[in-house]
Amino acid sequence: MKGTEIIVKALKEEGVDTIFGYPGGQAVDIFDALYGEQDIEVILPRHEQALIHAADGYARSTGKVGVCLVTSGPGATNLVTGIATANYDSVPLVCITGQVPLGLMGNDAFQEVDIVGITNSICKYAVTVRTREELPRILKEAFYIARTGRPGPVVVDVPKDIQQAEGSDVYPDEVSMRGYKPNQSVHVGQIKKAVSMLKKAKRPLFLIGGGVNISGANEEMKQLAELTGVPVITTIMGKGAIPSTHRLYLGNIGIHGSYAANHAVSECDVLFSIGTRFNDRITGKISEFAKNAKIIHIDIDSASISKNIVVDIPIVADAKLAIEKLLEYVTPLKNEKWVEQLMQWKEEYPITMENYEGLTPEKIIRYINDHFEKPIVTTDVGQNQLWATQYLKLEGGRSFLTSGGLGTMGYGFPAAIGAKIGNPDSTVIAISGDGGMQMNIQELATAVALELPLILIVLNNGYLGNVRQWQELFYQKRYSNTCLRYRKSCESNCTDKSKCCPKYTPDFVKLAESYEAYGMRISKEEEIAEAFAYALEHKNAPTVIECVIEREANVFPIVPTGKTLDDMIMD
Amino acid sequence: MKVKKRYISLYVENRIGVLAKISGLLAGKSYNLDTLTVGETEDPTVSRMTIGLTIDDVTFEQVKKQLNRCVVVIKVIDISEVPIHKKELLFIKVSSCSEKDKAEIFRIAQAFSLDVIDYDRKNVMVQCVKTESANNDMIALFNDIFVNRIEVVRGGSVAIEAISTRNQ
Repeated sequence: MKGTEIIVKALKEEGVDTIFGYPGGQAVDIFDALYGEQDIEVILPRHEQALIHAADGYARSTGKVGVCLVTSGPGATNLVTGIATANYDSVPLVCITGQVPLGLMGNDAFQEVDIVGITNSICKYAVTVRTREELPRILKEAFYIARTGRPGPVVVDVPKDIQQAEGSDVYPDEVSMRGYKPNQSVHVGQIKKAVSMLKKAKRPLFLIGGGVNISGANEEMKQLAELTGVPVITTIMGKGAIPSTHRLYLGNIGIHGSYAANHAVSECDVLFSIGTRFNDRITGKISEFAKNAKIIHIDIDSASISKNIVVDIPIVADAKLAIEKLLEYVTPLKNEKWVEQLMQWKEEYPITMENYEGLTPEKIIRYINDHFEKPIVTTDVGQNQLWATQYLKLEGGRSFLTSGGLGTMGYGFPAAIGAKIGNPDSTVIAISGDGGMQMNIQELATAVALELPLILIVLNNGYLGNVRQWQELFYQKRYSNTCLRYRKSCESNCTDKSKCCPKYTPDFVKLAESYEAYGMRISKEEEIAEAFAYALEHKNAPTVIECVIEREANVFPIVPTGKTLDDMIMD
Repeated sequence: MKVKKRYISLYVENRIGVLAKISGLLAGKSYNLDTLTVGETEDPTVSRMTIGLTIDDVTFEQVKKQLNRCVVVIKVIDISEVPIHKKELLFIKVSSCSEKDKAEIFRIAQAFSLDVIDYDRKNVMVQCVKTESANNDMIALFNDIFVNRIEVVRGGSVAIEAISTRNQ
């Protein structure tokens, strides 16, 4: 059996029915082996970066391993941003890259790059296959590594002569790696310690990160919150861990978190955190973070524990296993006064854009909350993402896809393509800005080709809005290179947002139409319903809804860099 | 947050790219690495590294965890606080030697148990197998006596746990 055939066999054995591929000289043999293959659908995006984001969206929304197949050199390097994106957010991917034949490696051959060397620091594992004999084992290991422990991307670099070489047709059933033994149990002693600390708490708080969504522990988490009566706050990645409308849910913490959530962290006496990395975007000034609290931390990745925040009780375990174990030991806590206080803050200080008139992102997102049942929503990065995290109501996990760790612009739209492919029965909505949408706009061709009825919301303020907001608040309104309506003939250093600005390009509606997608531009609140109705008319093609919004609308609250979490600018 | 010298004995897969992976990881995380040595073990599929770092407690814990989560790492052993034997190979070449210099070098070699392993009319080479800090002292001594005339190459520490419990 040829190397390419064992690759196809491996994909089938791993239950892969969809892969995201872009052919090229050193991958053409693998594509040939896939030709006419009934059980595996190959999706052809229009750029490898979008390809890997689509595989990422597919993986996040389904929980399956996303598979990328690209050629050597530029095909491989175009994956780099997507690999780092997936690595940060613990997304299981297997990226198969073609490579020049073994004999040419190191000779600066045409389209040769050392993709393993390039990606080593941004993936869970990267390996070049050096013999035909080891190919099946490496593929088996790749899938195992990608989906177990803290999931992540794996790069398998396959030289062309190994693809072509004949060899065994046996695909191994089991993996045995002496260097990789993911934790599959929970230390009960630590769980008991944590429970006893929780029981003594007067102001306990759950801080939930993406780990709960990834391990699919949403139901268990909800039970844990309800059983103990302990309020819950989440990181951006943890949103949806319990329903956003749940009475015990206070919102996101972090530099754009809610007043109640951020103050709760500062006031709590036991912070029980599960599946979070204590990233700088959620901690604010680190020495002041949860300074009144003992901290319990459950994470599958021991390196995430006591990295940024020193914790009192570390528990290395899968979130779901740990929560199941906790449920055996916890009892209802008496902390009504604390909960009451938090609920009062939540009520008194809601996040809102009421200061802005007309069409606002808040109103658009609230429309989604009110009119779609369990949609999958992807976001790009910037204000669009932050507004989405603030206003979107989620009922569970795997329904909100956003580049939380790396913050990759251009992620949202291709991720929506992957999500729709993996969840054909769900409504999939991408919320992007006008900047990020243009980073992978070419994927309109893919969405049209695949007849995907995506709803693509472009919040157009003509700026790279999040950076512009920083410039407004912290850089004396020096709008350096953030205006997307700029033309060479504009006066230099303009801070004027008057109507005489040049026309915005591209015209997103015409652009959509040129791809044979649909487009509608709205600028008034009353048009929201009409626009969504228009999008829903199209069952076999995407619709771009360009929402022309207030140019200088800001995301509030915001915690300035270096400040403590409760030192927020509210509006 | 005490900063001090620490050692890790690291078992890794013996294959292309593993050294780059480990050194890249340490560099990428901005860990301050003093020495790193690597060589094949009794099992040819396994290499063993000795890594020396001058580092604080918290960062050192992170280093160990980060190394542990590498797929190519088989075992991380912290040998900072256990009895070990550790040695470093050091060569010092002294050039433009007079007869008096040569005699001095031979005297130093005798006093400090160094080996003179090579020489000609003008140059002498000594080999020194001692701990890293003793080697530092030797270099300082030679530098002091033979100013601007020495050439130094050193291999970095290799370390192994002691058999007896006596701290070596």
